[in-house]
Amino acid sequence: MAYTLTVNGSPHTVDTEPGTPLLWVLRDLLDLVGTKYGCGVAQCGACTVHLDGVPVRACVTPVSRVGAKAVTTIEGIAANPVGARVQEAWKSLDVPQCGYCQAGQIMSATALLAATPKPTDAQIDEAMDGNLCRCATYPRIRKAIKSASGQAEA
Amino acid sequence: MNAPVLSRRLFLAASTAAGGGLMLAFNLEGEARAAGPAALSAYLKVSPDGKATIASKIPEVGQGMRTALPMIIAEELDVAWEDVIVEQALADTKVYGRQVAGGSMATTLEWDGMRRVGAAGRWMLIQAAAAKLNVPAAELTTEPGRVVHAASGRRLSYGDLAQAAAAIAPPDPKTLVLKDPKAFRIIGKSHVQTDTDAILTGKPLFGIDVRLPGMVYATFLKAPTFAAKVASADLAAAKAVKGVRDAFVVEGGTALDGLLPGVAVVADSWWAARRGRNALDATWAEHPTSAQSTASLAARAAEFAKAGAQRVARADGDVAAALKGAAKVVSASYDYPFIAHAPLEPQNCTARVKDGKVEIWAPTQNPEPGRALVAKTLNVPPENVTIHLIRCGGGFGRRLINDYMVEAAFIASKVDAPVQLIWTREDDIQHDFYRPGGWHNFTAGLDAKGDLVAWRDHFVSFGEGETFVRSGGMNSTQFPAGAVANYQHEVSVMPLGIPTGPLRAPGNNAFGFVIQSFTDEVALAAKTDPVEFRRKLLGEPRLIGPEGQNDSFHTGRMRGVLDLVAEKSGWGRKLAKGRGLGVACHFSHLGYVAVVMEVSVAKGEAKVHKVWVAADVGRQIINPTGADHQVQGSILDAIGSTLRQKITFENGAAVESNFGDFPLLRMSETPPIEVHYLLSDNRPTGLGEPVLPPAPAALCNAIFAATGKRIRSLPVGDQLA
Ligand code: FES
Ligand code: FES
Repeated sequence: MAYTLTVNGSPHTVDTEPGTPLLWVLRDLLDLVGTKYGCGVAQCGACTVHLDGVPVRACVTPVSRVGAKAVTTIEGIAANPVGARVQEAWKSLDVPQCGYCQAGQIMSATALLAATPKPTDAQIDEAMDGNLCRCATYPRIRKAIKSASGQAEA
Repeated sequence: MNAPVLSRRLFLAASTAAGGGLMLAFNLEGEARAAGPAALSAYLKVSPDGKATIASKIPEVGQGMRTALPMIIAEELDVAWEDVIVEQALADTKVYGRQVAGGSMATTLEWDGMRRVGAAGRWMLIQAAAAKLNVPAAELTTEPGRVVHAASGRRLSYGDLAQAAAAIAPPDPKTLVLKDPKAFRIIGKSHVQTDTDAILTGKPLFGIDVRLPGMVYATFLKAPTFAAKVASADLAAAKAVKGVRDAFVVEGGTALDGLLPGVAVVADSWWAARRGRNALDATWAEHPTSAQSTASLAARAAEFAKAGAQRVARADGDVAAALKGAAKVVSASYDYPFIAHAPLEPQNCTARVKDGKVEIWAPTQNPEPGRALVAKTLNVPPENVTIHLIRCGGGFGRRLINDYMVEAAFIASKVDAPVQLIWTREDDIQHDFYRPGGWHNFTAGLDAKGDLVAWRDHFVSFGEGETFVRSGGMNSTQFPAGAVANYQHEVSVMPLGIPTGPLRAPGNNAFGFVIQSFTDEVALAAKTDPVEFRRKLLGEPRLIGPEGQNDSFHTGRMRGVLDLVAEKSGWGRKLAKGRGLGVACHFSHLGYVAVVMEVSVAKGEAKVHKVWVAADVGRQIINPTGADHQVQGSILDAIGSTLRQKITFENGAAVESNFGDFPLLRMSETPPIEVHYLLSDNRPTGLGEPVLPPAPAALCNAIFAATGKRIRSLPVGDQLA
């Protein structure tokens, strides 16, 4: 089946099975490898992308369900002012260790701040709990979210 | 090329870089002698534009060595960090010496040599400037990126001097004068990781991001029971899946860390390979270990506990007599489970096999054994195997073993295209080299004053005779060895058919838990405060064990971090009901670390509210932001595994398979962590591992303080319900 997807603002047509997860369409067919595979079953958040600004797990999102929704990946998140701010905060706090989870973390954090510009700790927990970091960079992720939202670290 | 200069450890050779400028190649272990200077690759290059390119030889797994080691060179070279470009060196121990991300050894092994490399470059640039300005070199100093002649106010940039410096013979590294640490501009200041920008923008960096022209994707299905052979597989069904190029059975061998039997499916995309694999409907042959289970191993361990040890590994004094004469005897048995590493990037590797040459792109912590394994399995000479070191999405020791590398190379040897093998998460958790479980049967004796007079640990592990399975051994020098007159370390082993291997602070990640938990029990029996009891046990500052030996233990350094963590955590203060403070201290990987945790327990769940860490890893923290990362990461790693992680076995196979049943710690469970470094006058040592071992006991001791419930078996799981 042919599908036309809008990814980071540009249209791409791919020919694949309807059930192919968006994750593998991005990685193997469109060569956008920033979105990561961690678990394949919506348990780690490494594959988080936005569909019309809403964070979804690309590993369990069949390409057939994307439709006309705009797909945003880590490669395109800087075009979103909130995303750019998140990246900046991540950099100044040197958030990553191995870095593998960080694309997903940034996508989730950007969606959180877009919906909730000044999140509380509890809101951060709730929005970020599905994004695992094996290196456990959580203290800096929290700090970076606060810094990107203009809140001083408590 | 200039005459190479050789010192015992450091070998330098200068030449003109491609594109001009100074190329200073070096080797830290002098092994390049045999290969000759031509075999040396670039380590430090100063280009005509003034940029310094530094090749980082240690694999990067998130431990920060791609940043910290170049910082050391840049410091002594005296360039601005902004002018440094870091390149990843190829895997070639003949050229580079040890290339292992493991054992927390890079900092301590490379510190002096890296400084001398940078200083040698600086020295050569100064000589070039002296010739150009026609002044004695002694009148010249440097500022970042420039040689300065203060008397005349003249300055020459490194870029302008680089070409001339290439013609100067490198100095004898031993004669170089290194910077006074007080003058450090780069070392000791936080520097964002080299690859942070690329990480944050989603650039291809990791093993699974490698893309080669014409590359295909592979998956490899192995038997749930380790090393069982393929009985049947519907290869035709797999090949019928759209996009699948090939499916074939791999005979494989029996060595658990080699190429195992399985079925490979190769396709145009990984998802197609995955669908092909689902169609295989494979069955597996009976295997001698298929009766093995967690319950059967535990039953065997219980028999050992009852029957007594197979052998005595160390006996100081007379433990039996001391226990008989003790005013009080305390006994307890501890155990801990097998656990998986689960780095977030599943195992993967990309390989191309063509005309007898093998080229590999591997996220590996230890390339050299991988090269040997690939060469042997594919029957090619090792020098025909090229390994590119690719950033690892986490290591934790898992990627010290290169089973996935040999799988990729073997599959690629059967396919006329480069192949990227990617494991599923289930493959990763069910085919790990697990941190082995273990059992410790402790007995301690106290005299009438409450002083420890006897300590016995009967350690039950896996192996045969005097040999342990990989990472299943225990050194007989664990404190309080050497501090108590009567000390006995006993060992029993049983055979095992499950792959095991090093996980962050191997051995110590478990010994810290059992020893420091039992120490708390003994302190309680002695009616002494846990910190006070440890102070007494440490006694006078002294070195236990021979000078210069890696497991020799300095009681004074431990006392220092123990006192510091007690002070910072407000040890002894009153806490609300249901809250407790727990302490533990442990020495490993040359680091002395003490941890206090504040914990509450409600509704059967332990919650860590705050953690204090004091660490003594010598006189210099190289990159504080990276150091804090390692400390915090180690603590949180320990909290996650202590509370919930275990791998259980049934029918010789792992039961857990993904993050649902092998949970990682989450954001909402992360406490604030206060980190204190005690700078002592000792050489700088690594931080990736030594902080982990004391943490599980600090947590469990705090649970005890909060609830009176002693955790003697990990994980904590539902024991608090
Ligand atoms: S890979 Fe999608 S949530 Fe883990
Ligand atoms: S930085 Fe390694 S998994 Fe998050």
